[in-house]
Amino acid sequence: MYIGELGKIYKEGENIVRQGEAGDCMYVIQAGKVEVVLERPDSNVRLAVLESGDIFGEMSLFSRTVRSATVRALTETRVLTVDKKGFLRRVHEDPSLSFRILQKMSERIRKLNDDVAALKGH
Amino acid sequence: MQLEDGSRVAVVGGGPAGSFTSYFLLDLAERVGTSISVDIYEPRDYTVPGPVGCNMCGGIISESLVQMLATEGINLPSTVIQRSIDSYVLHSDVGTVNIDTPLHEMRIGAVHRGAGPKGSKGAKWGSFDGHLLELAHGKGANILRGKVEELTWDNGRPRVQAKGLPAQTYDLLVGAVGINSTALKLFEGLGFQYKAPEATRTFIAEFYLGAEAIKKYFGSSMHVFLMDMPRVEFAAIIPKGEYVTLCLLGHEIDKELVDSFLNNPVVKSCFPPEMAILTPACQCGPKIAVKAVCQPFGDRVVLIGDCGVTRLYKDGIGASYRTAKAVAVTAIFDGISNKDFQRHYWTACQVINKDNQFGLVVFFIVSIIRKLRFVRRAVLRMTGKEQVMEGKKRAMSMVLWDTFTGSAPYRNIFWRASQFNFLSRLITEVTRALVVPGSKGLN
Ligand SMILES: Cc1cc2nc3c(=O)[nH]c(=O)nc-3n(C[C@H](O)[C@H](O)[C@H](O)COP(=O)(O)OP(=O)(O)OC[C@H]3O[C@@H](n4cnc5c(N)ncnc54)[C@H](O)[C@@H]3O)c2cc1C
Repeated sequence: MYIGELGKIYKEGENIVRQGEAGDCMYVIQAGKVEVVLERPDSNVRLAVLESGDIFGEMSLFSRTVRSATVRALTETRVLTVDKKGFLRRVHEDPSLSFRILQKMSERIRKLNDDVAALKGH
Repeated sequence: MQLEDGSRVAVVGGGPAGSFTSYFLLDLAERVGTSISVDIYEPRDYTVPGPVGCNMCGGIISESLVQMLATEGINLPSTVIQRSIDSYVLHSDVGTVNIDTPLHEMRIGAVHRGAGPKGSKGAKWGSFDGHLLELAHGKGANILRGKVEELTWDNGRPRVQAKGLPAQTYDLLVGAVGINSTALKLFEGLGFQYKAPEATRTFIAEFYLGAEAIKKYFGSSMHVFLMDMPRVEFAAIIPKGEYVTLCLLGHEIDKELVDSFLNNPVVKSCFPPEMAILTPACQCGPKIAVKAVCQPFGDRVVLIGDCGVTRLYKDGIGASYRTAKAVAVTAIFDGISNKDFQRHYWTACQVINKDNQFGLVVFFIVSIIRKLRFVRRAVLRMTGKEQVMEGKKRAMSMVLWDTFTGSAPYRNIFWRASQFNFLSRLITEVTRALVVPGSKGLN
């Protein structure tokens, strides 16, 4: 790791979060690329590819369910974790801290809508 | 009083507080669809090494700030972070203990606020303050390179006169001049009962070691010294790229105190043996606020960061971010009158002020630990034993970590340190230390 890099390095192919596990943090990608994969008994579905600046694991900040998908490093990836407790404490003081996460989540819903529409169109 | 399309904001001072305010004012204005303009007045050139291009500080970007900024979409690059920090070493006359963070993740950044110490050439890293100013510029803020010399009112609106620049009238004036500036007087003269916070002098010095020696002797750890020295509240050495920064906080630190600190065998043993005499490449004596500010706002004027409300001793840059955010949110969503700032901005400041009261207690306890050798021994033993435990159980390590790095509110630290389990373990160690021969005594 370069001496001034923040976060933690994951090797290519390494899981950063595992579907079904409990989670109490969000991740911000500092460098590299990850894939978000929904693991199903029969087959796995790649939901998204995320890169530097993107966030994942944000759902666990707001709901107490387990991780909804697996996130795996596609290249060597450096991510920074954001703790749930500290985050919620700050959002309580400054709700505008969640604006950017809401923006990212709404971008994701928009993409989901497109995907659903495409599926229904078939 | 509101900010509307075409409103103009003057931010005096382009340190962290000024840059964060400008950045978030423009970001929030864009979200709500209001078009405002922001001028930042900043005479410093952050590309010049030495004191002229530097807002003197230890340069620790706290764990909580690193996380909040990442959440805001501001990821600090390795061209600015000189060294990422994942642990600390606690030094004292009764021993040394290494403490890792439970996550084993680099979440604290060590930076140079300016372009580096006097005489450093072609440094690989850029200035932290320069980086933030550039971010604000990228959001659309104008940077005006001039020192503000006069502030007046022009029909109820603030008017700013900077050296070599034409005077301009604004809808809102934000003071972010820090605590070392003569401009504090200009704000006091504006007649809204502002009084700059009381401050005390500190000491900072940079020592050149080179990257290899730093790796060998200091690693990626912040080094904290828990020793009985009068008037010193906190002493730390923070490794950067090619230099290490010594930081002494306390009351009226003078040359004699600095010399006796540097000559202390515990401190000397941290440096390479060939550095028998420690000569700093650069040193300064900036002030730090010790008492809360009075009335840092009025109609169309507000002060933030060090000249407004800051955190006691630790995470001043984090406090700059928090107060900057509170001002931006108030100005965009509520208004810019005295009442608006009182109701919203001041509420956010009071959270910091109240937490500082807990901070006073926490630092008082640290001062007792420093003064009593057997308590020091007990704390070190308790911390040492914890290193084999799983992350969350390392109560003393985490209390010390959060106290020294500024990563959690003081109230939270105080609460954890007053839990039964914590206290009973500490009392056991103190009792042990008392019966071990040679560990009693005041120092
Ligand atoms: C010894 C010491 C160690 C510290 N260590 C840390 C640490 O490790 N981590 C941390 O988070 N905090 C630390 N702090 C606190 C931190 O330095 C401050 O909280 C932080 O710099 C405050 O930012 P600011 O923008 O309010 O003020 P400043 O950083 O002081 O910036 C003020 C700016 O205003 C400009 N200015 C002044 N007058 C005028 C004028 N008339 N016209 C135009 N511009 C003007 C200045 O040039 C400057 O750029 C430390 C402080 C001290 C004293």
